[in-house]
Amino acid sequence: MPHRARTSGPCIEASSSNNIVWNRETAGTELMAADISPKRPFRWHIAIFLAPAVLVYTAIMILPLAGTLQLSLFRNIEQHQVFVGLDNFRTLFGDPNWSVNFWNALRNNVWFFIIHMLVQNPIGVMLAALLSSPRLRFAAFYRTAIFVPTILSFVIVGFAWKLILSPLWGVAPHMMDLIGLKSLFTPWLGKEQYALTALSLISVWQFVGIPMMLIYAALLSIPEEVIEAAECDGITGMSQFWKIKLPLILPSIGIISILTFVGNFNAFDLIYTAQGALAGPNYSTDILGTFLYRAFFGFQLQVGDPNMGAAIATMMFLIILGGVCVYLFLVQTRLRRYQF
Amino acid sequence: MSTATRSLPRTIGAHAILLTYTAIALFPVILVIMNSFKSRAGIFGAPLTPPTPKTFDLIGYTTVIGQGDFIHYFQNSLVVTVASLFFVLLFGAMAAFALSEYRFRGNSLMGLYLALGIMIPIRLGTVAILQLMVASGLVNTLTALILVYTAQGLPLAVFILSEFMKQVSDDLKNAGRIDGLSEYTIFFRLVLPLVRPSMATVAVFTMIPIWNDLWFPLILAPSEETKTVTLGAQLFLGQFVTNWNAILAALSLAIMPVLILYVIFSRQLIRGITSGAVK
Repeated sequence: MPHRARTSGPCIEASSSNNIVWNRETAGTELMAADISPKRPFRWHIAIFLAPAVLVYTAIMILPLAGTLQLSLFRNIEQHQVFVGLDNFRTLFGDPNWSVNFWNALRNNVWFFIIHMLVQNPIGVMLAALLSSPRLRFAAFYRTAIFVPTILSFVIVGFAWKLILSPLWGVAPHMMDLIGLKSLFTPWLGKEQYALTALSLISVWQFVGIPMMLIYAALLSIPEEVIEAAECDGITGMSQFWKIKLPLILPSIGIISILTFVGNFNAFDLIYTAQGALAGPNYSTDILGTFLYRAFFGFQLQVGDPNMGAAIATMMFLIILGGVCVYLFLVQTRLRRYQF
Repeated sequence: MSTATRSLPRTIGAHAILLTYTAIALFPVILVIMNSFKSRAGIFGAPLTPPTPKTFDLIGYTTVIGQGDFIHYFQNSLVVTVASLFFVLLFGAMAAFALSEYRFRGNSLMGLYLALGIMIPIRLGTVAILQLMVASGLVNTLTALILVYTAQGLPLAVFILSEFMKQVSDDLKNAGRIDGLSEYTIFFRLVLPLVRPSMATVAVFTMIPIWNDLWFPLILAPSEETKTVTLGAQLFLGQFVTNWNAILAALSLAIMPVLILYVIFSRQLIRGITSGAVK
């Protein structure tokens, strides 16, 4: 029988009424408040609907995550897992064999993230702004084409760029010659000072489609009336973008930033494909993902150490969790979502 | 939109920038595919020109097909992707239905719990996942990959699908209940067909990272029997560093299925992104 008359979430029905401002809190409190049920038999179907997803998710994702965090507190001593408290972290930060690599990987990872924020997201916003201009012809073609790199795998992207930038093949020097810049060419991926930046830019090239699409969607959802009102007030062109549209798409920019953050601090494939597990030249492109892989599986003469691997994964977990918390509590609560 | 904002120079400028960026986005892909059909002399002599009758050569493709077991890898990838996709969509839709349709104690808590995985990547649990798979004897089986990818895809699927399921009319479901349909029938016969477009969106979102993943095949299923295309291509490329024909052909073979699927589904994908599920 009808279980409830739904007090539908404001997020859906509000779309018909104008200018309702809401944020997560209001939606949340409503959910909680409506949850008082009279006595009735246990509704098995709810459990059955939820069970498979919750079981798989818990068993394969949540428990291993917790297990990894727990493993980082143990160490294998004579074939036994012994609880050692924070010793693994002391090794990670204190023992020069580990700490030099760890800080190097972390520094590189931060640089990797900075380049994405400074290059990928502005380019994405710019492309989206251009794409969403009214009556632009071929918009669908541009959208489709610019998104192509995003669907390719890292293996393809890493290797294709490795070939293009290779001095052996000579495509890059040849093309720079065409615009008279041949003297600037060096094998970027092979030089310590350039390799990481070059790889970051390759990654930007691959993923620029994601901010573009999300911002594009946000720009499309700005109602005509707002734009018309702006035009009546004489705000057009560039100033319209900066004064009207940009503030309205700030929440999407926030989402993109956090997605970039999580993606970057979890990256591995591109570096592994282009530079191998050693993240050469001379560890200059080592990021946390490749560092975790080496620690966990070992490489060359070093034996893999699951416990140290778990300690590094725990650090990555804390970094990502920190970023997500900053986003949820500082950014998300201050940015109001405008629902039209 | 009024004509006040439009002027010819602005339009030309917009097209110029978009065209330039499109060229940057497509150039490496076109370059690789173009050169894969050339002889070695053609690849190095004139890398930027399309293959001519003089430089046309399929030697790369014959090497790849002769050496690597790509068809087998391809099958593995297909099995893993399709099976994970099936479970993500089925389990995800069921959970999303429970969360969006019924009010019960802990509803929003459960929603939050399932949403955790959107932000925290499953990769961080790798150490323990490997131990789990070793303990259960699933290392080097496709089952291990399917399980992991199902868990990986579920959070986003539940999140997006429950947004869409809230939009399904209550009257319809209640009419079904009055007619004596069970909750299961309502879900499978009434609700699922109505959210099919959003299922397609979720499918595309789930599929791309699974097909392209290198990390879990490398760690959980690196054996010859269970290699996926991505891992196979990675190892093949590592071995044939100096055989440019073979490398370019292998890259093209890896690009083309994804590219073809993308061209077919791009409208669906883009509509999915812009329809506001992730607004």
